[in-house]
Amino acid sequence: MSILIQTDKCRNCGRCIEACPGNLIQVNPQGKVWLRHPEECWGCTSCLKECQFEAIYFYLGADIGGRGSLMHTRREGDLCHWIVEPPDGRPVVITVDRRSANKY
Amino acid sequence: MPFHIVEKTADILIIGGGTAGCWAALTLAAHEGLSVLVTEKANIRRSGCLAAGVNAINAYIPAGKTPEDYLEYVRWDAAGIIRDDLVLSMAQRFNSVVGRLEELGLVILKDETGAYALRGQWNIKINGENIKPLLSQAVYRTKNVEVLNHVNITDYLTLNGRVVGAAGFSVREQTAYFLRARAVICTAGGAAGLYRPNNPGFSQHKMWYPPFNTGTGYALGIRAGAEMTTFEMRFVAQRCKDTIAPTGTIALGVGAKQVNAQGEEYTSRYGLSTSGRAYGTTNETHQGRGPCYLNTVGITSKQDEELLKAYLNMAPSQTLKWLESGKRPSQQNVELEGTEPYVVGGHTASGYWVDTGRRTTLRGLYAAGDVAGGAPKKFVTGALAEGEIAADTALADLPGLPLPEDEALQAQEQAILQTYEQHLTPADTPSSGTSAALPACRYTSQQLEEAMQKVMDDYAGGIHSSYRYSEAQLDIAEERLEGLTALAQNLRGTDTDDLLHIYELKDRLLVCQSLIAHLRARRETRWAGFGFNTDYPGVDDSWQLYVNSRLENGTLKIHYRNLVKEAITFEYPDSNG
Ligand SMILES: Cc1cc2nc3c(=O)[nH]c(=O)nc-3n(C[C@H](O)[C@H](O)[C@H](O)COP(=O)(O)OP(=O)(O)OC[C@H]3O[C@@H](n4cnc5c(N)ncnc54)[C@H](O)[C@@H]3O)c2cc1C
Ligand code: SF4
Ligand code: SF4
Repeated sequence: MSILIQTDKCRNCGRCIEACPGNLIQVNPQGKVWLRHPEECWGCTSCLKECQFEAIYFYLGADIGGRGSLMHTRREGDLCHWIVEPPDGRPVVITVDRRSANKY
Repeated sequence: MPFHIVEKTADILIIGGGTAGCWAALTLAAHEGLSVLVTEKANIRRSGCLAAGVNAINAYIPAGKTPEDYLEYVRWDAAGIIRDDLVLSMAQRFNSVVGRLEELGLVILKDETGAYALRGQWNIKINGENIKPLLSQAVYRTKNVEVLNHVNITDYLTLNGRVVGAAGFSVREQTAYFLRARAVICTAGGAAGLYRPNNPGFSQHKMWYPPFNTGTGYALGIRAGAEMTTFEMRFVAQRCKDTIAPTGTIALGVGAKQVNAQGEEYTSRYGLSTSGRAYGTTNETHQGRGPCYLNTVGITSKQDEELLKAYLNMAPSQTLKWLESGKRPSQQNVELEGTEPYVVGGHTASGYWVDTGRRTTLRGLYAAGDVAGGAPKKFVTGALAEGEIAADTALADLPGLPLPEDEALQAQEQAILQTYEQHLTPADTPSSGTSAALPACRYTSQQLEEAMQKVMDDYAGGIHSSYRYSEAQLDIAEERLEGLTALAQNLRGTDTDDLLHIYELKDRLLVCQSLIAHLRARRETRWAGFGFNTDYPGVDDSWQLYVNSRLENGTLKIHYRNLVKEAITFEYPDSNG
């Protein structure tokens, strides 16, 4: 269970650092935002939802059924698009509207 | 490098800016002129249980039902070991806190009549993805609440048995905080990571309860001599396999039934209480009839879509897992498993022994949410209600709680600081305040954590024994934990992130030791799904009592207490503090 921070997309804004409930995202000695403890990630996805630049990707460890897909979010007002990119195959997008409650 | 020191005073100090902590702060914010300080080890924006979002408000009193009905439900579910006064007083506030949450912007589903749409008996449907940002933003809008993010509290400051503040350090930089207050409210959550988890490897933190709630709230109190209750009622949650995502959304949402590998519905054999359901799955598997599933095959494609969305709002890894497997819930049943045992007073009755006003047995200290005992099935609304009650009581008590004197606390603060520095001093160099070099520790906090989890799993009823334990096994666990505790005193790190890990381990070890004393003290099996005492396999009604504990002169003493039905108020021995 963990996340990947795409350094080329990251603008070092620091929002993910403040979002992580476990203090896991920090600035490394080179001044880059990094996940200091990948195996300590809870998988809450707070960091990717807070990133405005789609720089954080979430994946499942192989030990819990991961097959290499990467998931990230794109915000559009109250809409949150969850984008899942399989290693081979077309991305799946599921859109959730913050204004509508769960049906279940 | 020496620690930079920051000192602060406030009327009320709140430890843990999670659900209950934020709500206590919001309650106190209504009182101008009062100074409130919230400390949070992460950042209140998304810290604690609510980080990923929640799926429903699990505790609400719908039309036609009363708080007394909720009390009856909780009593049945917990097999009697609850505090009536605590459950009732929180249930009486469920609906008012929901009203305030809606004002803060929480989206709640309504039916045709405009009433909240129910899910099952007590749940209402919401969009809970951003519930924590809503709460934390409200805290930031207040004028008299100061928030210290990234400050991890390690010790209470005490004076003549009264809690008068707390000490901690920044997890970011080498700064120690000494915070003095007239009253302290502990809302630091429960304990995860005591036992070897479901996914012990790379995904070790893919657990249900936040791995960052490390039992510190309990450990602070145990060390300071507070009385604790019912740790032996551990919580074993029944969850979706691997992702450890909640199952209620599937069970209540699409009405999926629990079936074993032969397709038989088995829950009726075990009862429908939370513990009974968990026991059913564990025992079916133990007896060779596993794996067990929630039977979702055949649901409609519309239901598929709604489930995928609902999980994105609270446990996104489950949605990703469905997509990774290439099969939607309509095409494959959802496998179930029990989690590793947690100590969590929001679901069971473990935690601080409090009076009806949420005063702990230590004067000046109040507790609310998962850290407080006696009131299971709090969930979000119960944590909020307790935060409100604790805040109201602390406020009412303030006139009798003067700000503590400075000098008396300095020795305590120095001792705490010295321990921080020792953990950050390389082995074999004398640290400040000591002449001798400290012994080296060959291990890291991660290695000792793994050792602790293995001991708990092997000898204190973890997953691999199907939650079974015996006195002979608990004896071994106790001895091993003592050894690990001794080793942990000499752990070394290089920065305060390391120090955080060292303290989390020390706190967990202390909670584990208390838990073992409690497991041993209850000689029956009351909640088979949460733990099975193989020496005493049945329910025995002479055990309709509370098992409480308190550290007295360095030894954990068990106190048995009779069931409490009416409201109680703690009296404290006179002190000049
Ligand atoms: C994954 C999950 C899903 C849930 N889903 C639902 C649901 O759908 N509906 C529902 O009603 N209930 C749900 N619950 C239950 C409910 O969320 C909790 O019972 C409630 O939020 C607990 O509130 P709390 O304030 O006690 O703990 P938390 O909200 O966890 O707050 C504890 C805070 O203390 C901080 N802290 C800990 N130690 C220290 C320290 N040493 N110094 C400073 N700060 C510290 C933590 O970082 C955290 O912010 C869920 C719980 C979990 C874990
Ligand atoms: S939120 Fe995104 S852009 Fe900002 S620091 Fe984190 S990864 Fe980089
Ligand atoms: S998913 Fe959650 S726990 Fe993991 S790094 Fe992001 S914010 Fe932290």
